[in-house]
Amino acid sequence: MPPMTDLHEFPVPRARPLKRLLDLFGPLLALIAIYCLFGFAVEGGTFWSARTVRNISTQTVVVALSAMGMTLIMISGGIDLSVGSIIALACVVVAYLVNQGKAPVWAAAAAGIGVGGLCGLANGAMVATLRIVPFIVTLGTLGIYRGLALMVAKEQTINTPATWLNTLMYRAPHPAWLILSPGVWLAIALALAMLAVLRLTVFGVHVFAVGSSEETARLCGLRVGRIKILVYTLGGLLAGLSGLMQYSYLSVGDPTTAQGYELDVIAAVVIGGGSLSGGVGSIAGTIIGALIMTTLRNGGTMMGWPNYLQMIIVGAIIIVAVTLDRLRHRAR
Amino acid sequence: MAAEESTTSSSPPPLLRMEGVSKRFGPTVALDHVAFEVRRGEVHALIGENGAGKSTLMKILCGELRADSGAMFLEGRPFRPTGPLDARRAGLSIVHQELSLAPHLSVLKNIVLGLEDTRAGFLHRSTNRARARAALARLDHGGLPLDSLVGGLSVGLRQVVEIARALVFESRVLVLDEPTSSLSQGDAERLFDVVRRLSAQGVGIVYISHFLEEVRQVASRFTVLRDGRSVGGGAVGDTAEMIHLMVGRSIEDFFPRVDKEIGAVAMTVSALAGPEKPIEASFPIRRGEILGIAGLVGAGRTESLRAIFGLDRAASGTIAIAAVRGGQPFAASSARPDRSRRRGLAMLSEDRKGEGLAVAMSVADNMTLSAPERVSRFGFLRLGERSRRVREIAGGLHIRSATPGLPVQNLSGGNQQKVALSRLLFQDADILLLDEPTRGIDIQSKTEIYLEIGRLAQQGKAIVMVSSYLPELFGICDTLAVMHRGRLSRPRPLGEWTAESVMRYATEGSGE
Repeated sequence: MPPMTDLHEFPVPRARPLKRLLDLFGPLLALIAIYCLFGFAVEGGTFWSARTVRNISTQTVVVALSAMGMTLIMISGGIDLSVGSIIALACVVVAYLVNQGKAPVWAAAAAGIGVGGLCGLANGAMVATLRIVPFIVTLGTLGIYRGLALMVAKEQTINTPATWLNTLMYRAPHPAWLILSPGVWLAIALALAMLAVLRLTVFGVHVFAVGSSEETARLCGLRVGRIKILVYTLGGLLAGLSGLMQYSYLSVGDPTTAQGYELDVIAAVVIGGGSLSGGVGSIAGTIIGALIMTTLRNGGTMMGWPNYLQMIIVGAIIIVAVTLDRLRHRAR
Repeated sequence: MAAEESTTSSSPPPLLRMEGVSKRFGPTVALDHVAFEVRRGEVHALIGENGAGKSTLMKILCGELRADSGAMFLEGRPFRPTGPLDARRAGLSIVHQELSLAPHLSVLKNIVLGLEDTRAGFLHRSTNRARARAALARLDHGGLPLDSLVGGLSVGLRQVVEIARALVFESRVLVLDEPTSSLSQGDAERLFDVVRRLSAQGVGIVYISHFLEEVRQVASRFTVLRDGRSVGGGAVGDTAEMIHLMVGRSIEDFFPRVDKEIGAVAMTVSALAGPEKPIEASFPIRRGEILGIAGLVGAGRTESLRAIFGLDRAASGTIAIAAVRGGQPFAASSARPDRSRRRGLAMLSEDRKGEGLAVAMSVADNMTLSAPERVSRFGFLRLGERSRRVREIAGGLHIRSATPGLPVQNLSGGNQQKVALSRLLFQDADILLLDEPTRGIDIQSKTEIYLEIGRLAQQGKAIVMVSSYLPELFGICDTLAVMHRGRLSRPRPLGEWTAESVMRYATEGSGE
């Protein structure tokens, strides 16, 4: 063996933990900046209140839960356009069972989540076996699941008796020491769990690998189809949970709820650094992305901005966020 | 029948002359002062091994790449194309190996694509049709319906459309890059007729091919490129001279030899066939043996490895692995990558960035991707243990400055390839399928990879290695088999082959 010299060595950039933090801090700084801007702008300083924080956090729960699932799906290189419909279907199923009063309330809640899981399983199975691109598969199921929701609800809002389920999304929680609503704590706990799944488990590495390069995953002997099915099922379960929370928030089963939520959910992932081409994304970034959108809407409402202005601003934020992301990656 | 030489009394400038053309890609010298000349009405063969620089030279000629230095003259006048369309307007066009037609467009639209005749922005129907018709007529295919979609045509007819597209704008030089690689024998014969017709009309044709029997059939003169240099040429005659010029390099690379023992048969592949390629591949591979597979690009070597590993479905054939089911053969078509992994197989892809590595992921992720169970407990990664193991392997392979968390895309090509190979080491597979393990990397990394392959064989692993680089096959293999158009020769000990006999088998399918 010849003596080793470093003549052929290319300069190798070091791994920079600081950069990784910056990747995350970009959206976080934006969130803080937006919050502070509204804080100064809203008259009487009412935006600085704990009430606002409770409102924003509670209003973020439904989108954030689904967006965690979407993060996984998008990291694996897929997309799920049917989340809004899954949320509505789960919401209606919970309301239907609560209204019937035959099953215990917890079982109704579990059924809602389970239905979401089944929807996700169906999405995943079709993506993996029919070899149709996920965009098309879930465009189809967007219609199917919404139709099922309308069918279960007989095209009407299902009114239900009050149960403990409705307390999940109380902005002022019952034991006051909770500070935030139980739904927010649930979302935080799940976010931590998902973070661990993505970063610390073999499954997490496999999800990244499938999205980063499906060919490589196949070459390494990963069961790509099974991983995709799991990812979509997990996404469906989380969307089902979102549906449960939506029911808790609305106190009724509304089959037309959550229309267009899929776009908010995707936007949250994208603002948080996710990519439509797979391989990148982070749970923390996604949560921040969801919070940015709620903060904007909430602040805009308090400023008395018309709805259209809020829509325009959120739209612009998405484009700016992705542009900044691209610039940062090009700069390396 | 060769095209006639031009017989003008005074010597007019050649149709095309290239002088001192050089091109570098980063540190790699692709072309080094290449000289090349085509006369009016001749079929000039450009030959050389894979990676000799043929495609780069032709891309420069046709404006797809710009040379770093050198000059080109078209009919004696300096010629500097600003881009492919500019070159086409000047009468130079190229028909690529992979046909580049739009399958959803009609024959007519494909032929005039980019050079459509318009009136005030609207396509001028009659002139476009007339021009397409005329181009097809020159190829003796005037009857081809202009409005049928290209996607529905046979491969042979698509090639005709592709050539017609090259002719639609007063073609003076036509480059055909491996034109027969996807054609049947009959279609190839018809193509030769077309080529002869065109040369009789005064078009200068550059004919790139690996298949020397074809060159003898259709070309009158030839030029050989080797390692980016033009090393010789002349009138087409005996293939022996051409082969000698193609392979006659001095072997200056360093191939470490490792003492090892060749043991019992680890795997036997019998009559493996794919949907297209391979047509027939059979070989046994023993523990400690390095079996080299030589052949031309597109001969079916990669397809064979992919079928064995289960990345592509085999059509027929059997595989027997000594350590699986007591060595009972099973149908090759039942192979799947995840099963192969459990059966002790591992594969290194020729496509490092597209398939071999998930380049955006870290060194540690890539190295452990095919055997994460070795560094996890109950599905959770043991990150400390993983880091330790990854550092250990990286150290052994001299993957310098590679921290486990670094994205692979930040490494040099040589180090990336070492990471890809490390994955197989980490997996501790018994049978390794290596596809072009040293393609496109620096000499030092190559040597380190040769040494590692030797060490693996020393540990009793069975290694099948596909390579287009003959010296390395002769440098490190124990046995060698050659593939020609989908058929694999019998593996024979290295001593029974010479560079010439390998090349002869690869280009002509004989040479026993």
